[in-house]
Amino acid sequence: MIPITLGILTLIFSLIHLIPGDPAVQIAGEGARPEDVANIRKSLGLDQPLWKQYVSYITSLARGDLGRSFRTNESVAKEIGARYPATMQLAFGSMLVALMVAFPLGIISAIYRNSWIDNVARFFALIGVSMPSFWFGPLLIIAFAINRQWFPVSGREEGLKSLVLPSITMGLALAAILTRMIRVSLADELGQLYVTTAIAKGVSRAKAIFRHALKNALIPVITILALQFGSLLTGAIITEQIFSWPGLGRLLIQSITTRDYPQVQASILVIALTYIMVNFISDLLYGIVDPRIKLQ
Amino acid sequence: MKRLLRNFAFTAGLLLTLVLVFVALAAPLLAPHDPNVQDTSRRLEAPSKAHPLGLDDLGRDVLSRIFFGARVSLRVGFSVVLLASIIGVTLGSIAGYFGGFADLIVMRICDILLSFPGILLAIALVAVLGPSLNNVILALVVTAWVGYARLVRGQVLKVREMEYVTAAKAMGARSPRVIILHVLPNIINPVIVMATLGLGGVILAEAALSFLGLGVQPPTPSWGSMLTAGRRYLGLANHLAIFPGAAIMLAVMGLNFLGDGLIDALDPKYRKLMR
Repeated sequence: MIPITLGILTLIFSLIHLIPGDPAVQIAGEGARPEDVANIRKSLGLDQPLWKQYVSYITSLARGDLGRSFRTNESVAKEIGARYPATMQLAFGSMLVALMVAFPLGIISAIYRNSWIDNVARFFALIGVSMPSFWFGPLLIIAFAINRQWFPVSGREEGLKSLVLPSITMGLALAAILTRMIRVSLADELGQLYVTTAIAKGVSRAKAIFRHALKNALIPVITILALQFGSLLTGAIITEQIFSWPGLGRLLIQSITTRDYPQVQASILVIALTYIMVNFISDLLYGIVDPRIKLQ
Repeated sequence: MKRLLRNFAFTAGLLLTLVLVFVALAAPLLAPHDPNVQDTSRRLEAPSKAHPLGLDDLGRDVLSRIFFGARVSLRVGFSVVLLASIIGVTLGSIAGYFGGFADLIVMRICDILLSFPGILLAIALVAVLGPSLNNVILALVVTAWVGYARLVRGQVLKVREMEYVTAAKAMGARSPRVIILHVLPNIINPVIVMATLGLGGVILAEAALSFLGLGVQPPTPSWGSMLTAGRRYLGLANHLAIFPGAAIMLAVMGLNFLGDGLIDALDPKYRKLMR
């Protein structure tokens, strides 16, 4: 994990140097006064040799200093701290939606394979994977915020009510993936001999499914769930834009529009590091759920 | 081919993809109006006989813009998949065939890029390079080649131990000749499947970047940016959001069907490789 994190830090550090031409001129804008350009160059440390810039970037990060916003002149960490909970709330909301849909649907279609309900679940999974969130979101807004005013069109002011439509928007794709995963995984386990043995020894079918087979079927599902949590963070960039949700993703796009590069770099860094952390935790979790992996 | 056409997913996907390609190629002939001609007096007009999908916020014909938007989507899709597969196949086969230091470097770069969410990297690159069609292609290539490199490396590792490769080497063939004439033809099928499956993803990513305002710039019609405009007029002119979104979904679904059908028809074991 440490080499990967260092790699990511280097990648994010080099972003500002990829700006075509002189980054300071580009950031200040065409026709900016030379002293403004010089100020920007100095504040970004662009007047220093590259290796010094890199060392100071890493040491500042180690101290928790992510830089200052060009727009507000405030610490970018402060703004990120204010926005982070909103993105997390959205990610957890979507995960909840996905689990609530995928578990019943996946289990039922694994038990009743090739029945009409299985076909419905498979069709749902296909639609869920192909439907872009930036289309599904507006459709939900038209149906449930404009035609029927059950939920707010955008924002986060109305608490849980505001969370419903963005969570469904982001949770749909995950629900589709999980449904497929649970179906395949559980169907696989149901065909195993230990399930037949349990039933032959008098265990009820429901108990054989939920206590024996489902437990084993959950192993790959947990991995997918944890891996997908990372993708929820990037999915949030689009969903937050659709619903004007005041999270990290929206902050990133706003900072790109205003060319607030320290804020852009810091937002990308925080999203990427969270993504790596989640994947790392999912690896640990995997070992706990399936002790055979730890033995290997 | 007969076996392929009996596969429902493949046939449906092929039909949808053919329609998409036809619309993109024949857009100037099919489009009922010029996609960029504005009539501000009739902005946001609902669908009618003259304008089957209505008019947008600047009074431009939505149907014509969707037809021309298909060109942008396919241009980005094909360019990214072609460039990414060329880079990925080249680096993947070098890493797999020669092993050692080359393998170490290529695989570590892959690890770093894979640990970074793809769309985030694309957003970051477009943010610093500036939004334009070429920069979108570049950003998506940077994130997409990794998948091909890993796939090809794994395949080359297997194929390079085959007897026909040893035979070619024993007969004095140089490494580039062995790779191009003996190794690549035997690993190309999964690459084709991955490219077909990847096309839908690239079109979706382009639409997402355009939706965020980081893609193709106005007035060029792109499905993603049409949706952004549509979002502003939800409730007033829902057709602006509904139709471009439907176009994206049909195109992506068609390509996914085609890729899925191709996997089942060619060799179901590829499904494992694509993960």
